[in-house]
Amino acid sequence: MAENFISRGFKGRARETDRAIKKRIPPGQYETKDFPVLSAGPTPRTSLERWDSSVYGEIAEDLKWTWDEFRKLPRETVTVDIHCVTKWSKLGTVWAGVSVDTLLESVNLEKQSAIGTLIAFSDGGYTTNLPLADVRGGKAWVVDEYDGSPLAPEHGGPVRLLVPHLYFWKSAKWVRGFKLVREDRAGFWESVGYHNYGDPWKEQRYAGD
Amino acid sequence: MPNWTTHLAGQHVDVRLTSEDGYQAQRSYSIGSPPEDTYLMLTVERLEDGEVSPYLVDELRAGDQIELRGPIGGYFVWDARDGKNDGSPLFLVAAGSGIVPLMAMIRHRANWENRVPAKLLYSSRSYEDVIYREELHQMSANDSSLRVIHTLTRQQPPNWIGYRRRIDRAMLVDTAWRQAEKPLAFTCGPTAVVEKVATELLELGYEPQRIKTERFGPTGG
Amino acid sequence: MDNNLRLDGNAAGGLLNEVFPFEMTTAEATCGGCGNMRLIGELMLYQHGMGAVLRCVDCDTALIRITQIRGCYRLDLSGMSCLLIAADIH
Repeated sequence: MAENFISRGFKGRARETDRAIKKRIPPGQYETKDFPVLSAGPTPRTSLERWDSSVYGEIAEDLKWTWDEFRKLPRETVTVDIHCVTKWSKLGTVWAGVSVDTLLESVNLEKQSAIGTLIAFSDGGYTTNLPLADVRGGKAWVVDEYDGSPLAPEHGGPVRLLVPHLYFWKSAKWVRGFKLVREDRAGFWESVGYHNYGDPWKEQRYAGD
Repeated sequence: MPNWTTHLAGQHVDVRLTSEDGYQAQRSYSIGSPPEDTYLMLTVERLEDGEVSPYLVDELRAGDQIELRGPIGGYFVWDARDGKNDGSPLFLVAAGSGIVPLMAMIRHRANWENRVPAKLLYSSRSYEDVIYREELHQMSANDSSLRVIHTLTRQQPPNWIGYRRRIDRAMLVDTAWRQAEKPLAFTCGPTAVVEKVATELLELGYEPQRIKTERFGPTGG
Repeated sequence: MDNNLRLDGNAAGGLLNEVFPFEMTTAEATCGGCGNMRLIGELMLYQHGMGAVLRCVDCDTALIRITQIRGCYRLDLSGMSCLLIAADIH
């Protein structure tokens, strides 16, 4: 199609933001009050009876929690801003769940210092890769509530990963566990051109940014 | 349009809009005009919180240019010409703006005076919401091999004797060609309706490859 | 309900035409997951701002993943074991 074509009078959705909250919005993003649903596959429908979450990989011992066990873990409520690589940001979102630090507690990571990568895997086959350091120290959670209610399936329920300091594709929906490995491996979107790390403040949207 | 030749009934185009700051949005729209028409016609339903449809419906003026590519799609098409279809009865099921590609087929069928038995089951919110209402009435009045069945799901006029509910299994049992007649079904509209219709037709014995679907997504395109 | 966002593979016809000089919606894809063969137009399309994913109707395996980033198309076809395309060029 023509390179410099402009459609007269077309503006798209309102993309202007109030100066006061502009500081919380990374470069190239706009604030939305909606919560868009972006899905790369059908919504999984795993019943809570069959649901479990595991941590495995190049570690000494695998860990597993059933739904009831997961619900008994120490929980937190966090309020964070989230940023999608498709340019919308949603400020002040409230989630409740378990810190990834809690899940990794019984993995003796100090003894297995060669492990640098966490691969999150989900029902339906989605994966995403993260440096281990980016999910520890209070930076990541596995959440089952959004805005005070059980997390809806279209937003990743029953449980999704939440890593708000990176683009939201890293916050894998329908997460079922983590594989801890030494060697990094690109996940679902990272392997088709999205940035391996994804820092919204450095606008690391695509490979090579 | 520089490279346009013709299209097949059921195909769509992709429309791309570019704002002055370079922002782009793209949507697919089914072609409502039959291949025989000189002008390409797209029918666009204005969505209240849509990004593109309000622009196309409210802002676009005669003489404006839009970027589009197409025609696209070889799967959801029906050709009225001799030898291009197998003569099997057509069952067309539309919900809302899903009528657009099916209307292209109906108009195309009429242009070729093709009398293959055709039934259209068309779901709309109200009488006023029925797109192409008068034209469909005229066409079925003039062609005994074309039958149009409406269902109005939210509001009905006082003297309405037709269906007054969403498409469901019972309605399809009543209206669909029996599978023994080897019908060919095309269904188009919001994804949820299309999936329901396809599932029900499968249960009625329609062959899976003879149920063609065109999902419009959550809001009906 | 978000499965309501999905479309038919037919809706990816335009995008596929940017990459392949053929009518791709009638190309036949064999799923690497379950072995079933379908027209691309019949696959389930999940498409949003990040890219497009065409999935097997029967087993949900991702047959084709496409992104378009700064003028480059990336396609992951590893979910498809075979693709049959009619030679007519459109």
